[in-house]
Amino acid sequence: MIEFRDVTKRYPDGTVAVAGVDIVIEPHSTTVLVGSSGSGKTTLLRMINRMVDPTHGQVLIDGEDVATVDPVQLRRGIGYVMQNSGLLPHRKVIDNVATVPLLRGEKRRAAYDRALELLDTVGLDRSLADKYPSQLSGGQQQRVGVARGLAVDPNILLMDEPFGAVDPIVRSELQQELLRLQGELGKTVVFVTHDIDEAFLLGDQVVIMQQGGKISQAASPAEILANPADAFVADFVGAERGKRALHVTELDGRRLVVDGDGRPAGVLAS
Amino acid sequence: MTWLWSNLDRVGELMLVHLALSVPAIILSFVISVPIGWIAHRYRWTRGALLSLCALLYAIPSLALFIALPVITGLGLRSPLNLVIALTLYGIAVIVRTATDAFDSVDRDIRQSATAVGYSAAGRFWAVELPLAGPVLLSGLRVVIVSTVSLATVGAVIGVPSLGSLFTDGFQRGIQAEIITGIVATIVLALVLDWLSVVLGRVLMPWSRAKPTGARAASAAPAAEADAA
Ligand SMILES: Nc1ncnc2c1ncn2[C@@H]1O[C@H](COP(=O)(O)OP(=O)(O)O)[C@@H](O)[C@H]1O
Ligand SMILES: [Mg+2]
Repeated sequence: MIEFRDVTKRYPDGTVAVAGVDIVIEPHSTTVLVGSSGSGKTTLLRMINRMVDPTHGQVLIDGEDVATVDPVQLRRGIGYVMQNSGLLPHRKVIDNVATVPLLRGEKRRAAYDRALELLDTVGLDRSLADKYPSQLSGGQQQRVGVARGLAVDPNILLMDEPFGAVDPIVRSELQQELLRLQGELGKTVVFVTHDIDEAFLLGDQVVIMQQGGKISQAASPAEILANPADAFVADFVGAERGKRALHVTELDGRRLVVDGDGRPAGVLAS
Repeated sequence: MTWLWSNLDRVGELMLVHLALSVPAIILSFVISVPIGWIAHRYRWTRGALLSLCALLYAIPSLALFIALPVITGLGLRSPLNLVIALTLYGIAVIVRTATDAFDSVDRDIRQSATAVGYSAAGRFWAVELPLAGPVLLSGLRVVIVSTVSLATVGAVIGVPSLGSLFTDGFQRGIQAEIITGIVATIVLALVLDWLSVVLGRVLMPWSRAKPTGARAASAAPAAEADAA
């Protein structure tokens, strides 16, 4: 479990990126931080692995204040995936995936074997192992990024707009892959996005942030849609524009869900 | 040509002497400049001072430095060590700015991602920042190689033998072939060292030549992704 207790981050230049945040993140669930650019999502995420230290309040992992843990050791136990993959361009794919196990002192042989298995896990061909990241497509690079994040079998996986830079088709595939993976692995995932649809698709809990680093609402997607906390949330999730005002209609004996523009959104499961 | 054939031994010998002067200076200036460049990159407030200092170094007239150094170091005027020190100082002046740029050129995202996966500050320097700064560092090294090999000839004026001795001697005795030989030998030496540094770069940085299949991969991406999924 990850817990934020009254956490504030004020950068040296005076910018308050996160203001008085309280969140509880349940284990084996996906929490999505969503908000427009500059709302403090990255800052909040990075306080979990101490890439940013709060100026006030505490971040706890399983009851332990992260401020008491050595940052380098802490980070080696937490998966991190970022936009544009963050892969090391001078290392082959296999070395990128095996980076953290090798940093932790694992034997090269074992680390490579596991890295190859991880390529399978994220749906990449093993023949890509000897390529450099620049020789891969954007979507493939993101998959390698995910594989690297999973390499030490961490309990916690932090993902900062991991699918933000790929085209919509690839993006949707990666989202489905993540859902599948999460179904199998059951990590505690904290995922950052500015895309509310992505947040609702992936999140068990969705945390809506607004400028100034405040939380507007933290709840399940269903709860947020049913009971938006305020006008900001309602606007952000598109409820007021009728975009999400779904209703059920019958066609050829099947019950279809249709959105406000009359576009079918799916078939109602019976 | 006849002059060259009958003096081949001497030219070869001077080439070796020239190498012995310039190679240590090249290596020293590189090894000293990399940490200075890193400091100027890492601690912004030192940048202005460090870079101006190095630029100033370059402004010192070489002959004056060659004559002043023995006084400072206490070594004899004709000691080759003085020349090596002077060449090192000029080398530093040439390469520090490039070294700073080299570290600046390392993508911020990549540096942060290295931190995020658990590199210590030192581990990140050796495993990430230094190799990624490599291509720009190499370009700086190549300039230093050429400028040092060329500048080392000036030593002949103060009596430190080098390929430059062929110019001074050729002038004094009016042997044009000797002067031309000196110039050509210096250029050849610089080109050979430059070529060696490029080969070394290729061996040490195979990734910098990895052909980005970017364009092809991008257009093929949806299909590849569909296969993978
Ligand atoms: N290192 C920093 N120094 C100063 N201000 C920063 C720094 N990092 C982020 N900020 C500011 O903090 C705010 C939140 O940034 P960030 O956490 O990156 O938001 P998001 O990820 O939601 O776009 C922004 O106003 C940003 O400009
Ligand atoms: Mg961000």
